[in-house]
Amino acid sequence: MPNDPAAIEVRDLVKRYAKSNVNAVDGVTFSVRPGEIFGLLGPNGAGKTTTIGVLITSVLPTSGSAAIMGLDVARDPIAIKQRIAVVPQQSNLDRSLRVREILTFHAAYHGVPHREREQRADALLDELGLGDRKNDRVARYSGGMSQRLMIARALMHAPDVLFLDEPTNNLDPQSRLFLWDRIRALNAQGLTILLTTHDMSEADQLCGRIAIMDKGRILVNDTSAELKKLIPGGNAVELRVSLPAPDAGALVLQSLRGLAGVNKVDELDAGAPAEPDDEIGVVAYRLYAEKAPALVGPATEAVLRAGAQVRDLHVKQPSLEDVFIYLTGRHLR
Amino acid sequence: MTPARHTNRLWLAANDFGATLRRDLVVTRRELPQFLVQALIQPMFFLLIFCKILPSIGLAAGNFAALLLPGIVGLTELMAAIQGITLPLVLDLGYAREIDDRLLAPMPVWLVAAEKVLFAALRGMVAGSVIFPAAWWVLGSRYAVRGDRIGVLIGMIVLAAFAGSGIGLVIGTVVKPEQISLMFSVILTPLLFTGCTYYPWGALSGIRWFQVITLFNPLTYAAEGLRYAMVPPIHGHAMPTLPMPWVLLALAATLVLCFTFGARTFRSRVVS
Repeated sequence: MPNDPAAIEVRDLVKRYAKSNVNAVDGVTFSVRPGEIFGLLGPNGAGKTTTIGVLITSVLPTSGSAAIMGLDVARDPIAIKQRIAVVPQQSNLDRSLRVREILTFHAAYHGVPHREREQRADALLDELGLGDRKNDRVARYSGGMSQRLMIARALMHAPDVLFLDEPTNNLDPQSRLFLWDRIRALNAQGLTILLTTHDMSEADQLCGRIAIMDKGRILVNDTSAELKKLIPGGNAVELRVSLPAPDAGALVLQSLRGLAGVNKVDELDAGAPAEPDDEIGVVAYRLYAEKAPALVGPATEAVLRAGAQVRDLHVKQPSLEDVFIYLTGRHLR
Repeated sequence: MTPARHTNRLWLAANDFGATLRRDLVVTRRELPQFLVQALIQPMFFLLIFCKILPSIGLAAGNFAALLLPGIVGLTELMAAIQGITLPLVLDLGYAREIDDRLLAPMPVWLVAAEKVLFAALRGMVAGSVIFPAAWWVLGSRYAVRGDRIGVLIGMIVLAAFAGSGIGLVIGTVVKPEQISLMFSVILTPLLFTGCTYYPWGALSGIRWFQVITLFNPLTYAAEGLRYAMVPPIHGHAMPTLPMPWVLLALAATLVLCFTFGARTFRSRVVS
């Protein structure tokens, strides 16, 4: 065992459920460093839930291995349970208990001494903005409050690794921003976080590294910035041009294609104005290039040379969603 | 802020078991009136109709109360124990998943099932015990329980409750939420009527096929064992019941088999 084990280490993990003839997880390998926020993305049925199931000891691996803080998940589930916490997508809060009791009982299940769990419960409820609603019944809690409560509960036994499954799904923007801040703050305190989400901006905002899974395999695993480079010509300049005459478009196109560094020029929405009140004669183009920002000046000049005028110009960065769709395809699951 | 991690597994398991049981007791204490009403309403009506009304209009013998009361205690216990574990498990494993909190606690999974069984058995014992003062109140002068087999009575109440919660564990881990209403009619109703609750086993000797059927129902053994402990001797003769060794063996076997099988199905429901 290395001196400083990875927070999560998954090697050649395979899971085939009984009565299934395909592997739900089909040879997955990745590791998460302590203190990292790692995103696991993928379409429904990609194998994310099963992978996490193995890590949280609710799924037994068919082959391969998974370890948390250097401890094998299948061999010592009890030691694993002491080190992890899980915030599921749907509330599994104990509805028979009061809010504060949910936290204190959770800590009691983990052997946290009485005084300490009482103090921690109050501190965490305050920290997550639930301090004035701590004697409520969960039934009276909104979706956002339940989500915050589940995070508070997860932190009661001071885990090393936190599993967050779609933490801000169905939440209002205020709750979402609040949770993002909390997640960053927890991470800053050293907590390792494995996040699954369908919200690409969430992954982009929070995750240091992102793995995209499909059909039981990890397709890519890198930082958001590196993943965006995967899209060929994903970097582009988009400009809207007003033409002096309807047939001037060909000249503009020719002029743009002649620019150094341009790989390809597409004419967008030809004929149809982008906005209803657009004047006739406005055409949009997209220029693909390795270094799109460098084309801003030359492209403007090229348009002017062709006798047309630039109405709008911006550099388009590929989004994580573009990468996701590029890798996993558009078809529905 | 990081708490010291317990490395003593035995201590940890015992602590978790205790905390889980405490949780169930806290919740039950809050709904105690509800629980008692639920446990008492049906047996009270049984006693009222069969032991007071029917004898008064000449449709049942006056001493029927002495025979019926042990049956009612057994039935109430078993049903309370089964309901104390089955319904929560069906809902929890089906979709509520509130139990996840305990499944993620650092204790073996089978221990979570064991706690459920113990807790449901405690509910059964309480439900069975409160029948006595209730029956005394309803039956008045017809209340007749022998007092010289109190040790056997306590033992029977405990054993019957555990057998019931064992059965409840199996049902709770096998039945899916959409089958709940089916469960009541297909499993609980036959259990209710073939369990020698309303008739002593010995009296069935003329209907041999039915007498044999009743032997497959754990409730039969609970009811007969309770009759042995409770029915006062008539003219110096103790009431004949199923032999006690068979009663004890059948109830112990029910508990062991149900728990072994139920703990396995429980595990397969929570670890795939």
